[in-house]
Amino acid sequence: MKFDRAAGQNPIDQLHVVGHPLDRIDGRLKTTGTAPYAYERHDVVPHQAYGYIIGSAFAKGRITRMDVAHAKAAPGVLAIVTTLDMPALKNGPMNTAKLFGGPDITHYHQATAIVVAETFEQARAAAALIETEYDHDEGQFDLKQAQHAARPVQGANGSRADRVGDFERAFSASATRLDETYTTPDQTHAMMEPHATLAAWEGEKLTLWTSNQMIAWNRRDIATALGLSKENVRVDSPYIGGGFGGKLFLRSDAVLAALGAKAAGRPVKVALTRPFIMNNTTHRSATIQRIRIGTDRDGRITAIAHESTSGNLPHGRPEAAIDQTKLLYAGANRLTAMRLAVLDLPEGNAMRAPGEASGLMALEIAMDEMAERLRMDPVRFRILNDTQVDPEKLGRPFSQRHLVECLEHGAEKFGWSRRNPRPASVREGEWLIGMGVAAGFRNNLLTKSGARVRLDSQGIVTVETDMTDIGTGTYTILAQTAAEMMGVCIDQVRVILGDSDFPVSAGSGGQWGANNSAAGVYAACVKLRENVAEKLGLPPAEAQFSGGNVHVGNSVFPLGQAAHESELVAEDTIEYADVDKRYQQSTFASHFVEVGVNGFTGEVRIRRMLAVCSAGRILNPKTARSQVIGAMTMGAGAALMEELAVDTRRGFFVNHDLAGYEVPVHADIPHQDVIFLDEVDPLSSPMKAKGVGELGLCGVAAAIANAVYNATGVRVRDYPVTLDKHLAHLPRMT
Amino acid sequence: MKVFTYERARTPHEAVTALARTPGARFIAGGTNLVDLMKLQIETPEHLIDIGRIGLDTIDDTPDGGLRIGALVRNTDLATDMRVRRHYGVLSRALVAGASGQLRNKATTSGNLLQRTRCSYFYDPNQPCNKRQPGAGCAAIGGVTRQLGIIGTSEACIATHPSDMAVAMRLLDATVETINVHGQSRRIPIADFHHLPGKSPHIETSLNQDELITSVTLPPPVGGRQFYRKVRDRASYAFALVSVAAIIQEDGTGRVAVGGIAPKPWRIEAADSEIPKGSEAVAAKLLAGASPTAENAFKVSLVERTLAAVIQEAKAS
Repeated sequence: MKFDRAAGQNPIDQLHVVGHPLDRIDGRLKTTGTAPYAYERHDVVPHQAYGYIIGSAFAKGRITRMDVAHAKAAPGVLAIVTTLDMPALKNGPMNTAKLFGGPDITHYHQATAIVVAETFEQARAAAALIETEYDHDEGQFDLKQAQHAARPVQGANGSRADRVGDFERAFSASATRLDETYTTPDQTHAMMEPHATLAAWEGEKLTLWTSNQMIAWNRRDIATALGLSKENVRVDSPYIGGGFGGKLFLRSDAVLAALGAKAAGRPVKVALTRPFIMNNTTHRSATIQRIRIGTDRDGRITAIAHESTSGNLPHGRPEAAIDQTKLLYAGANRLTAMRLAVLDLPEGNAMRAPGEASGLMALEIAMDEMAERLRMDPVRFRILNDTQVDPEKLGRPFSQRHLVECLEHGAEKFGWSRRNPRPASVREGEWLIGMGVAAGFRNNLLTKSGARVRLDSQGIVTVETDMTDIGTGTYTILAQTAAEMMGVCIDQVRVILGDSDFPVSAGSGGQWGANNSAAGVYAACVKLRENVAEKLGLPPAEAQFSGGNVHVGNSVFPLGQAAHESELVAEDTIEYADVDKRYQQSTFASHFVEVGVNGFTGEVRIRRMLAVCSAGRILNPKTARSQVIGAMTMGAGAALMEELAVDTRRGFFVNHDLAGYEVPVHADIPHQDVIFLDEVDPLSSPMKAKGVGELGLCGVAAAIANAVYNATGVRVRDYPVTLDKHLAHLPRMT
Repeated sequence: MKVFTYERARTPHEAVTALARTPGARFIAGGTNLVDLMKLQIETPEHLIDIGRIGLDTIDDTPDGGLRIGALVRNTDLATDMRVRRHYGVLSRALVAGASGQLRNKATTSGNLLQRTRCSYFYDPNQPCNKRQPGAGCAAIGGVTRQLGIIGTSEACIATHPSDMAVAMRLLDATVETINVHGQSRRIPIADFHHLPGKSPHIETSLNQDELITSVTLPPPVGGRQFYRKVRDRASYAFALVSVAAIIQEDGTGRVAVGGIAPKPWRIEAADSEIPKGSEAVAAKLLAGASPTAENAFKVSLVERTLAAVIQEAKAS
């Protein structure tokens, strides 16, 4: 199905099932621990052996020798594969760090060997017996130092920066100016389920039972790495215990499970240990961001510039922290640019809302600072600078844009008018109290997505797609979509996901999963409806599907009757023409936060959080709310504690476990309110929906940082906002 | 994890006998720290003696009015004991400030005292560490040190002792009691129990290799208002940046001990007498000779400010 213009009225608009806050259809499996995750696929293949991966003990150089004799002789060991056994494996197009093969080491904990044994403990014990000798090279691990040698990243026209108007002139002529630099640290996804894969070979055919967000990418990349044809690879990933972008790509667990299984002649399963994940896999890169804003006397932005520097391995990509600044606020003179430094740290890559999450951490503090300089309320300052068109291409409107409504509605609900604009002026006992606001922004991406639907004689509808559910609620919204389209109850729908034998979907990432994969199911259901009508001898345009029946005029047929002779199967893919070129598609939010800062110790504790989101039709308010409160929690971590601490001498993330890398616990998270504006976006897809899973994160950290400033009067521009950064400047308690 | 053998002792005597018989053996009780360290091969005992069922799990009144806490009393049980809550509030508060409910249900009194540092470099076997391998050097010095020690450290080691409970025990002048296979027992004042690293950071306590801790004894209650104030980046389930244990009497005198800053619970008796003069005077005595890094220098002021919070709270109530 080609989507090339605004969606008209369609069966989804009935909202019999879609749009309702239904429980997850996989909820019982999750809460009873019976949803089988990758490391628990005990029943899919017999004689499973255990693999254990070891990684490089240093950051850069090459391995000169590996002695596996002792390890091989250890009890239970079935096979050992080392990186010296093969040349470097080829990467897929999205990655730069080497996954395995060859002597060269480019980052700490790069995988160097897998030991396969009868038990996990045997494999782990034997792995410790491998002796490895290295030649070390000097590396660059310090972004602050490396930024001076950073290279410009080409902008849209191959230039060093994207420009509109004359930023420099407008900035120097502006009535009020801000020029500040902000930093965000490296972060790790810290999903609950570690990367894990069970691999089995049948001749040249490889099956991976794994934990991965993007089945088709994973299949393509394992085929590339191992020199297989895609047809000889099957990937199955029905349940995923969180990904946040860390499981978008093929990682060492899958590669080495496959290599280990080949060497051992047995199925092999591998889970990455927690200390290994932080340095072996990908992370969100640290940024250094300079923001300049100039306004006229009335507070209208006349000049805005956002420049961001990040680091990565050679041929890696930058953290695109400037993305939202191209679109969020008006202003005739604009400059955005990125620079990329070469670092010898592990690979920087996507983590939930890549680009915007980091960019808004900086931009939305800058907006707060600017409002203060203008003596203007920060909500009003943002509203004043709203734009209804792409500010770089003024003829290009947004498909929908309700940022102003998000801000106004949020301010009212939160009681923003009670905020004292003078910092450090509200106290409750030992606690300094502050409120903060930030805008949230994340683009809505359209990407093709396929599905197959089956109808049996009982009227049961089965959805098959390689789409994944990474804890987001995909199972449920796809069941709702199929139920709405075929006119059945949700318990008449089965959804099977994550299998590469099924049609290729959008996958889960970039908050594009829900809208696109549901639209794919919609497209397949449109075909199935036609098949049903044809089978029943009814005019397709007149057939109504409801209550488990097909109606035309006064005639009623049970839906299952169409499949009486044989199952009906329909398959289709939603594909998009250029609607997203003609219309900018984005999602918007406002975030409001109240914090307490202890006047003695500087500890920050969040007291209230509110998000108001504008993201098209909300397919399931319950799962969508779960997405947003989870994202707000992640934002609390980003604001207050999360930081991969870099040892800039030895070149690794030091705090590589969940004791050292702190993420919020329950006690950190207060009551969270989420409000979705009631809207549809007919330009997004036939579902008229957009993503929310990343929007919920975008802006949260800045709202918290702004609330901390309002509480203390101390502006912290380096995340995370830990107590040591403002302690010395806090007002003395008396 | 390295292969090890395992036995379960039925009595304290069986436990010390087994220890004497088996070189390289270690006791295991709750296992909340030892097992993690064994997984990383930071601890590689060849033999484990499970002391989980040897008794020593009661809290008894002593003739002089104090409490004898069995070595295997669980942290949860100790924290919720009515006598502890009534008379040794600082101990109860320190315990519940530590770890999580699940861990406190498993962790024992003696195990808590013996837990090892949480220095990230100690936890990464690829990095040199004088605690893991004497003479190897210390990767933490000059590295990421925000969590690490500011006083009592040495050129060989700047790790901290992570326990909250031990800080309260130090404040209360507890005594650690041990036995060995020869039937000898020792009473070790808590002040002498944990060692400073000096040139041998791998030697962390004064416990002899053949000894088993049987109990920790508290002297009679000293009254006063009792505080345990733990400062950390997140609200729960985190090791202290700084913690302050204090008992403040109505007349403004008291005693104070500090956690999160040193290789052992940090108490300088001379600082106690400064309490009536205020937090700055106390901190000056407590932290004389401190040698923080650039990253953890904030702990110096954080100690003083946390003391101020405690003293203020004592005055207010």
